[in-house]
Amino acid sequence: MNKIPSALQLGIRRGALEIRQFARQRESVVFTLLFPVILLAIFGSVFKDTIAPGVTFSQYFVAGMIASGLVNTGFQALAITIPMERDFGALKRLRGTPMPASSYFIGKAILIFASMVVQILLLLGFGVLFFGLEMPTDPGKWLTFAWLVLLGSACSTALGIAFSIVPKSGRGASAVVSPIVIILQFFSGVFFVFTQLPSWMQQVAAIFPLKWLTQGMRSVFLPDSFATQEVAKSWETERTAVILLVWLVIGIFFSVRKFKWDRD
Amino acid sequence: MSLIEVKGLKKSYGDVHAVRGLDLSIAQGEIFSLLGPNGAGKTTTVEILEGFRTRDAGSVSVLGFDPQTRGHESRIWRNRIGIVLQSSSDAGDLTVIETIKHFSCYYSNPRNVDEVIHSVGLKEKEGALIRNLSGGQRRRLDVALGIIGNPELLFLDEPTTGFDPEARRAFWALIQQLRTDGTSILLTTHYLDEAEALADRVAVINNGVIIEVSTPAELGGRATSQATVQWRDGDSIKSEKTDNPTALVSSLSSAFKGEVPELIVTRPSLEDIYLEMIGGANE
Repeated sequence: MNKIPSALQLGIRRGALEIRQFARQRESVVFTLLFPVILLAIFGSVFKDTIAPGVTFSQYFVAGMIASGLVNTGFQALAITIPMERDFGALKRLRGTPMPASSYFIGKAILIFASMVVQILLLLGFGVLFFGLEMPTDPGKWLTFAWLVLLGSACSTALGIAFSIVPKSGRGASAVVSPIVIILQFFSGVFFVFTQLPSWMQQVAAIFPLKWLTQGMRSVFLPDSFATQEVAKSWETERTAVILLVWLVIGIFFSVRKFKWDRD
Repeated sequence: MSLIEVKGLKKSYGDVHAVRGLDLSIAQGEIFSLLGPNGAGKTTTVEILEGFRTRDAGSVSVLGFDPQTRGHESRIWRNRIGIVLQSSSDAGDLTVIETIKHFSCYYSNPRNVDEVIHSVGLKEKEGALIRNLSGGQRRRLDVALGIIGNPELLFLDEPTTGFDPEARRAFWALIQQLRTDGTSILLTTHYLDEAEALADRVAVINNGVIIEVSTPAELGGRATSQATVQWRDGDSIKSEKTDNPTALVSSLSSAFKGEVPELIVTRPSLEDIYLEMIGGANE
């Protein structure tokens, strides 16, 4: 008798399968990967001003788009598609096999990370080519960028899986999830300059990860002189890491404890 | 040794007592069919055996393991069983062979992917996307995914719903082959002819308890029940219930001086017996 494969091994296999499945859904591929680019094109064409010396709105907006891309691609997509998989009976069938839950979660994390990488490459390429986006030159900033994307997509994946228990059906999922994400985007300074928002909005946003991801991305794409214009007069890098980690733990906890494989 | 052993199983949902003290014993190597009307507690029982639901009371052993246990032990147990659920319509963007191949990697000793595709009759469709399969082909894929792990025990829930008669016959042959290869099968079905064709033993469940366990031929005293003899007499069809059909036929034969017109001798079908049983139990 051979041994049953490890959870990690199966997780990687599931990741490959999820990517293959995703790549075949042409509409969602185009929507997920190009939506941020389209938004950049719209906002970049409308707002041509600089918001601080040497900082164009596009530069500011790209930071916000990458951060909210993490939320859209991870949290929003999973909180909508997992209830659909549940409705289809796909999750129950998986539950009946020796595949452990953690492999399913790892597969989702791989899918989200891979599509984030493609999405970011497209957005940055498009920004540099058409909207004068300036890339950071300091290797330290790229390091920050790398851990932000990794931690951000892990956090977003875990929270998306955890939140998938909320919608009662796949059909209604979008109506539950999308407004939350859109409101968070407005509150977190994705579409507007964060410091210009009313302070109660800022305080609400500060509870959730998107504000911190957006601020973290600004620390990568905006000059350090801009840090003085943040609410805390600094990038608050350590605090960002801590808050994202806390949300990651919360997401994993509820995913492991409360995940629903079956409709009822 | 019995494969499945259930004693005093109970399960309620709020005020509804779905299963109320159910006993069941299924032997290794048999095809065992669970019959019962909707709401009889059939699905609840099977889902408890499959480890999808917890029980309120009683003891359950499936392959010597309590299905309620979680963790690594549960993976080792699931590695030995296969489950074909009622309906699933997922992963339409993968091909048949991709899906079966992927599921095969969940198990320690999977069956050969090609062989499984052959045995469920999907060879010609192996490269097709699942969303382009017909209902019957999808069902056969469900079965393929249930048996790819080379299970000792297979749960089959309403496997042939929506099949045309030819596909059903082919499917039955597949199930019989699986049994010949050593897989024990727990079949739940609404089709009495299916239970009769496949099952070694059937159990009728109603109101949350088993009311009888028997072979399909003997269920409800079927083997010894009265036969009905029917024939044409002039313009009318006559029929008579009797304990001695042979005697009746031979007296008819001498009365007609040879061939009895439109002669039919029947015993109650499994369906007749079954309906009588659950009807009686409901009164």
